[in-house]
Amino acid sequence: MRLRTAALLSIVMGVLLLGLTSPAQAATNETIDVNGQLSDTRTDPAKPVPGVKISVEKDGAEIASGTSGPDGAFSIALPGAPIDLLGEKITVKIDTDTLPEGAELRDPKKTTLKITIKTDSDIRIGYAIGPATDNSVGKLTEIGQSGINGIFLGLLLALAALGLSLVFGTTGLTNFAHGELITFGALAAFLFQDQWGWAFFPAALLAVILSGVFGLANDRLLWKPLRGRGTGLIAMMIVSIGLSIFLRNIYQYFFGADNHQYTGVPAGKLWNIGSIGISPKAFYIAVVCVVVLVAVSLAVQRTRLGKATRAVSDNPALAASSGIDVDRVITTIWIVGGALAGLSGIMWGLTNGFDYQVGNKILLLVFAAVTLGGLGTIWGTMAGSIIVGLLVEMSSIILPSELKYVTALVVLVLILLVRPQGLLGRAERVG
Amino acid sequence: MEWSSVLSGAIEQGIGPSAIIYCLAAIGLNIHFGYTGLLNFGQAAFMMVGGYALGSLIQTWGWPLFPSLIVGLLMAVVLALVLGVPTLRLRADYLAIATIAAAEAIRQVLGSAALNDEFGGQDGRYGFVDGMRSLNFIPSGGVHFLGLDFRSYDFFIMIVGWTLALLLCGFVYLLMRSPWGRVLKSIREDEDAVRSLGKNVYSYKMQALVLGGVIGALAGIMSGLATSNVAPSDFATDTTFFTYTVLLIGGAARVFGPVAGALIFWFFISGLDLFFDKMTSGANPTIPESIMTDDQASLMRLIFLGLILMLIMIYRPQGIFGDRRELAIDAH
Repeated sequence: MRLRTAALLSIVMGVLLLGLTSPAQAATNETIDVNGQLSDTRTDPAKPVPGVKISVEKDGAEIASGTSGPDGAFSIALPGAPIDLLGEKITVKIDTDTLPEGAELRDPKKTTLKITIKTDSDIRIGYAIGPATDNSVGKLTEIGQSGINGIFLGLLLALAALGLSLVFGTTGLTNFAHGELITFGALAAFLFQDQWGWAFFPAALLAVILSGVFGLANDRLLWKPLRGRGTGLIAMMIVSIGLSIFLRNIYQYFFGADNHQYTGVPAGKLWNIGSIGISPKAFYIAVVCVVVLVAVSLAVQRTRLGKATRAVSDNPALAASSGIDVDRVITTIWIVGGALAGLSGIMWGLTNGFDYQVGNKILLLVFAAVTLGGLGTIWGTMAGSIIVGLLVEMSSIILPSELKYVTALVVLVLILLVRPQGLLGRAERVG
Repeated sequence: MEWSSVLSGAIEQGIGPSAIIYCLAAIGLNIHFGYTGLLNFGQAAFMMVGGYALGSLIQTWGWPLFPSLIVGLLMAVVLALVLGVPTLRLRADYLAIATIAAAEAIRQVLGSAALNDEFGGQDGRYGFVDGMRSLNFIPSGGVHFLGLDFRSYDFFIMIVGWTLALLLCGFVYLLMRSPWGRVLKSIREDEDAVRSLGKNVYSYKMQALVLGGVIGALAGIMSGLATSNVAPSDFATDTTFFTYTVLLIGGAARVFGPVAGALIFWFFISGLDLFFDKMTSGANPTIPESIMTDDQASLMRLIFLGLILMLIMIYRPQGIFGDRRELAIDAH
C-alpha cells in the first residue's frame, strides 16, 4: 500500500513537471530528446542533483546516454530522425551507482522506465529523490480524505438526484434527459457571467430560477401532453433519450465543446485538519447542499404540498380520489426538481468546471444513487447518493482512480441482484 | 460541388459499412426488445466485447482472424450470462438502468490506462484487419456504378455485411415462426400467462439475451473489421441509443425492421450532414457564419436525430413498417 501511494505521488510529481515544461516544446523537432530533471526532495526547497548518469536503451542495447548538469537537468538526443522513432519502445535507465551517497529515487521502480514514442515531441521525465515514507500519506489519512471527498460528492449527487427521483415517484417517468436539466443550470449561470459580466451569486440565483422554469417547460411542452395521450412509460423513457440527445447537441451548438469555469469565486486557502485537507469552496458548497436538502426534506415531511407529493408517489389514483390535485403536485415537482438539478449543475461546475455534457456525464452516477436508494423514495435517494459518493471516492484507495466510477456502477448492478427495490424501497415495487 | 453529390454521398453512407454495423446491432436488439420485450440498454457492451476480442486477440496476442472471431462471439455469450443473471428478473426500467450501467462499466475498464498493454487505452486496438484484407476479392480500383464510388475493401465489407444481415433476417424469420419464437413473443405480451403455462420465462429470456447479444457482438466485429479500429468511444451509451433509433425507425418486432431502419437512418443522417456541411463551407457560405459555423453544422445531424427519435416514439412508435399490435411498449 505504501509503495502504491509513493508511486502515485511520483506520478503526480511527474505530471506536474510535465505540465510545467511541455507546452514550450516546439512541434517540429530535428531529433527527439529525452529531457529531465533530478531533484533531491529531502531538503526544502528541493536541491538539484548533478553528475548522475542516465542511459537510453533500445532492444537491450544502449543507444544514447547523458549526465545531469549542475542544475540537475539532463538532455539526451536520440539518434535517428523522429519519424523513424515513432512507435519504437525505448527504456530509460538511471545508473543508481552515480546517485549521491544514501540517496534513492522516491519511486524505486522509476530507475528503469519503459516508454513508447508516440509523437515527435521531446520526452520529459522528472526524477524525485528522497525516501518514499516522508511524503506518502498514511492509510488512515487517505481513508479520511477520501471519506470527506466522498461525502461532498454524495451531497452534490443528492441535489442532482432528488428531482429525478421525485419525478419518477409521481409520474413513473425514468427521465434520461435529467442530465440536461443539470447542464442547463450550469450553462445558464455561465451565460450571465460570460455575456453580461454578472457576479457569480446573482448569476447563479437567476440560473436556478430559470432552471425551475425550464423544468416546468419540460413538463408542460412535452411530458404533460404525452401523459394526456396515454403514452406508455417505456415509450416516454425512449422519448427522454431523444430529448437528451437533442438538448445536449443544442447546448454544444451554442456553447461549444470547451470546458468552462465560473469567475469571481475564490478557492481560498486549503484548511488543514490534521493531515486532511479541505478546500473552503468545497466546504461552502457542501453547506449549501445540506441546507437545501434539509429544506426539501422538511417541506416534503411537513407542508401540505409535501404530504400531497408523498401521497401521489404512493398511489396517484388513490391520491386523486381523495381530493389531491395531482396535476398541481406534478407541476410543483417539475419546478422544484428542475431548480434542484440546475443548482447541482452550478455547484458541480464550481467544483470541477463544466462543459455542454456535464449532466450527461454524471447521469449514470445519479441513476446509481436513485436506484440504490430505491426509485422514487426521497430518503432513499439521499442515502443512495451519499453511498455512491463514498464508494466512488473510497474505491480510488484500492483501484486506479480512472476506474472510480466503475465501482459505483458495479455495486449498482450487484445491489439490484440482491435487493431489486433498492435499499429503502418497498419490495412490492418490483414486478 | 454539385447537389447530386449530397444525394450520392447519402446513398453511399446509407448502404455503406456504418449502416451495416447498426443494422446488425439492431437485429440483435430486435430479438431483445422487439420480440422478447427486454429493454436492453447495454447493446454497446455486446458490440464492444466482440470487437475488442477480435482486435486484442489479433493485435496483442497475435491470433489469426477466424479463431479470434469465434472467441469474440463466445465472449458475447459469457457477457449475456453474466449480465443476465442479475438483471433478467428485474422490471423493465430497472433492467434498462442495470444494463446501461454494466455497459458503461465494461467500457471504462477496457479503456483504462491500467490495461493499456492489453487493450490500448483510449486509442483502442487498430491495424488488425490484414487477415480480412487478404480475403478481399474486389478489384483494387474500387467499385463505381450509378455515380456511387466505393473503395475496394469497403465494398468487400458491404458484400460480407449485407449477406450476413440478410441471412440473419432469414434466421430470425424462421425462429420467430417456431414454437420457441412464439414463447418469446408471449413473454413480451404477458409474462405471467407464459409462466402459468409452465414455461421457464427466465430461461427463455436468457436464451434471447444470448442470441441477440451474439448478433450484437457480430456488429462490433464488423465495426472493427470495417474501420480497422476498435476504441472505447465507438461503444459509448449513445451507440446503444442510435441502435434503438435504427430499430424504432424501421419497426420493432419486424424481421426487416432493422434493415429498413439502418438504410433510412444512415441515408438521412449522412444526407443532413453533407447538406449542412455544404451550406456552411466555402468562402461565401449559404448560411452565414454568424448563424452556423462548420463546427456547428456537424452537430445538426445529432440534433435532428434526437428530434426524430422523440417524434417517432410519440407519433409512430411502431416505426415505418411496424405493426402497432406487435409492440412491447404498449403493454405497459
